Amino acid sequence: MPSLPPIRPEDEACAEKAPGGGAFDAPAPDDNGALFDYLLRLGDDSLVLGQRLSEWCGHAPSVEVDLSLANMALDLIGQATFFLDYAGEVEGRGRDGDALAFHRDVLDFRNCWLVEQPNGDFAQTMARQFLFSAWQRRLFAHLAGSADAQIAAIAEKAVKEVAYHAELAAEWVIRLGDGTEESRRRMAEGIEWMARFVPELFEADDVVAFLADRGIAADPNAFRADYEAEVAAILAEATLPPLPQQRPILGGRRGHHSEHLGHLLCTMQFLPRTYPEAVW
Amino acid sequence: MSSDWPLWEVFVRSKGGLSHRHVGSVHAPDPEIALRHARDTYTRRMEGVSLWVVRSSDIVASDPSDDAAMFDPAADKIYRHPTFYTIPDDVKHI
Repeated sequence: MPSLPPIRPEDEACAEKAPGGGAFDAPAPDDNGALFDYLLRLGDDSLVLGQRLSEWCGHAPSVEVDLSLANMALDLIGQATFFLDYAGEVEGRGRDGDALAFHRDVLDFRNCWLVEQPNGDFAQTMARQFLFSAWQRRLFAHLAGSADAQIAAIAEKAVKEVAYHAELAAEWVIRLGDGTEESRRRMAEGIEWMARFVPELFEADDVVAFLADRGIAADPNAFRADYEAEVAAILAEATLPPLPQQRPILGGRRGHHSEHLGHLLCTMQFLPRTYPEAVW
Repeated sequence: MSSDWPLWEVFVRSKGGLSHRHVGSVHAPDPEIALRHARDTYTRRMEGVSLWVVRSSDIVASDPSDDAAMFDPAADKIYRHPTFYTIPDDVKHI
């Protein structure tokens, strides 16, 4: 029975380049790969949250709320289309936004943990939306000045959409927090669950640092204080306790996800994977 | 649930210079959310540049059973239309 081939010096050199000394992580991006990876993060955040929100379609507490949620989902999926189409261009392997959205496996997704969390009840959905949109709004405001003209253009259009998402979600956080005993309990639980995924939003790893140095990406720590001030103010107005400090859960940007993302992708990708040639 | 929420009438100004026009109604718990529901329900396809919402219960409406007294008397007052009058040829700038 043949033994394993010997490990050659060039194999060792290749392994040296892997981040975390061969830990079960995505490979470190090179220069062009960094931009591709960053675009996946931007696109996947919007795509996964858009898919989550669309799960409410036909189930919201009222037809008006149903429309609010569907409108937000459509805004987000529109953003994802722009970012992922561009990501495919940068990658240069002939994949477009659809290929990246529907023919990519869970380990290759680069979204944060917050957006893949299940909807739970309406309060939990709004808690997630508020914590995410308040962050995304600031991110896009910074990216509107990106040195990359295409990122700047997408962000400039999207920031108006996201500003509305953030305001609407904040209104609901306030109303449910400062509402009935039941609505308050549900919103407090929603915030409590989602809070553990907030630190990940401010993680600035090598990819972000590399691109931020070149004026392409935005270092989220530039707006962290501003974000935390808004969250604190809204929670205070909602008469809720401050955002709990919990052990952060990290890893979405490296392809580590909760079990929930795989299920979401199963639903989202089923049709194009089963009938690859299907058209509308 | 929306059945617990009061009804609001929605008015949209389709573009600058035009009047707000009644387009429908929404359920909402308070004025701010009513405005957002109106935005999300009635201006999704660039229908407007300005929105009003008014609580339906705040609208004072004429009673349909008074229609005859309210509106019929106007039916034969044709002299209230400008076209009733002939303008003399020597009157300018009118």
